[in-house]
Amino acid sequence: MKITVEEVLHVAHLARLNLNEEELVKMTGQLDTILSYVDKLSELDTTGIEPTTHAHNSVNAFREDGVVTSLPREESLANAPEENGEMFKVPRII
Amino acid sequence: MQPYELTMAQALVKLDAGELSSRELTQSCLDRIEKVDSDIHSFITLDGEAALLQADQADQKRKEGDNGKLLGIPLGLKDLLCTRNLRTTCGSNILSNFIPPYDATVVESIKKEGGVILGKLTMDEFAMGSTSETCSFGVPENPWKKGYVAGGSSGGSATSVASGECFVTLGSDTGGSIRQPASLCGVVGLKPTYGRVSRYGLVAYASSLDQIGPFSRDVADSALMMNVISGYDRRDSTSVNREVPDYSQALVEGVKGLKVGVPREYFGEGLDPEVRTIVENGIRILQEQGAEIVEVSLPHTEYCIAVYYLIAPAEASSNLARYDGVAYGYREKEAETLLEMYKESRSVGFGAEVKRRILIGTYALSSGYYDAYYKKASQVRTLILGDFNRAFEQCDVLISPVVPTPAWKKGENVDDPLSLYLSDILTVSANLAGIPGMSVPGGFSSEGLPVGIQLQGPHFREDTLLRVAYNIEKGTGLGGKLASL
Repeated sequence: MKITVEEVLHVAHLARLNLNEEELVKMTGQLDTILSYVDKLSELDTTGIEPTTHAHNSVNAFREDGVVTSLPREESLANAPEENGEMFKVPRII
Repeated sequence: MQPYELTMAQALVKLDAGELSSRELTQSCLDRIEKVDSDIHSFITLDGEAALLQADQADQKRKEGDNGKLLGIPLGLKDLLCTRNLRTTCGSNILSNFIPPYDATVVESIKKEGGVILGKLTMDEFAMGSTSETCSFGVPENPWKKGYVAGGSSGGSATSVASGECFVTLGSDTGGSIRQPASLCGVVGLKPTYGRVSRYGLVAYASSLDQIGPFSRDVADSALMMNVISGYDRRDSTSVNREVPDYSQALVEGVKGLKVGVPREYFGEGLDPEVRTIVENGIRILQEQGAEIVEVSLPHTEYCIAVYYLIAPAEASSNLARYDGVAYGYREKEAETLLEMYKESRSVGFGAEVKRRILIGTYALSSGYYDAYYKKASQVRTLILGDFNRAFEQCDVLISPVVPTPAWKKGENVDDPLSLYLSDILTVSANLAGIPGMSVPGGFSSEGLPVGIQLQGPHFREDTLLRVAYNIEKGTGLGGKLASL
């Protein structure tokens, strides 16, 4: 097995997902199949090869540090599941 | 002939000549949608009233001398392009009520050029899928054969063009999501070079791979769309500041002097014989028009699926962390703690394929596995890029199939993710290398299903792809063809 039920539970917690028993079993099997397949990459010796994270060799793009208009608060809050006219509301933290 | 049957370029001629109004054109598309969309399911959100209003405005502007490139043309958008005040769901329950407060840059460009937005089109949830069957708001149907998949993830963008509901559409392509549905639905689809088109306002899936591009019923219309959407945008720091050619000028007759590469790995085991014959016919058309055909090799092709299905989920797991039920999207209101609110909102809001990819990506990036999976995949990505660089020293364009088979029946492979992933083998490399790729209709299988021909070119050589596609289209005579419904 490439991945165990315990590992899937741990990864699900990191990804902030809950999985029910049925999902957990099914997902573990499917992830195992996929991870076994991608193991194919170990056939290749990649010692000394630079990773590509981006198809172009772009360098950091900076913009001027100027003041521009941003979204009005009302529009920023318009899609919120819960808000109080000034802020997003979430369950009590402390 | 009904107005919706025209190509966009033909419709523009009639609009300019005053033979047709945008209102008539738009009404013709709306009537077509009314007639076929209950079967085809191209649309998640249709806004006919707003479209007619835009059409009237376009007609007024034309009278005032406006000559916008899309003035009065009804079109559709994949539902992951943000549209101000028009719901944008990304095919997901987690965004079922999301109304963006701004337009994506490509949407701004379309509005500036006078395009009439009919609505938002079906897609796999968060663009994760190859058949559009993971869409939470209806699954599109292949317009050529009932019960067959439209392809994905930009399924609705392909079906709406193929069935005459829209003149052109926009989709996005992260691993083939424009080219594959274009191939399966018999329309033209172009994935531009990474950085050619701004991604600002595109809901992100895998940011180093995503690119927006057009669907159309002939090559000339895709060239027109490229003229509208290409260019640098300061709001997308990965867009490239480089001159945009007039792509319509690229559509010249003949391909004399061009070297066309045939990558032998793309014609291997698993290729449907009918697909092979159709692509070989495309090669013959180009040869007869004076192209030189050379065999080339892309030796790391067999590793591209493994690389793609690590890198794309890794980026997705990071991008989709933003759906936490706080500022927008679905929130599970019963949760008592913040942590449970995050978890429950995401668990209820996301579908199975999205969860699967988030888990793979989180695992590949997690402590102890990063080097073995994500870094390894990124190194092999370098080798894949090297394959293309060497191939383009020997040829100007690569020709191949898009998908190893024609469209398959709906419901197949839905519980076997790896089999479905493997069907992307001929398209994901272009995204990993950031090069442009295109699907142009090549012919039909004996079952009457369309088969596309894929063209891939060096970075920023969309003009070469369009020229070659234009000449294949002349040879097949399939330009402008609509599915008979």
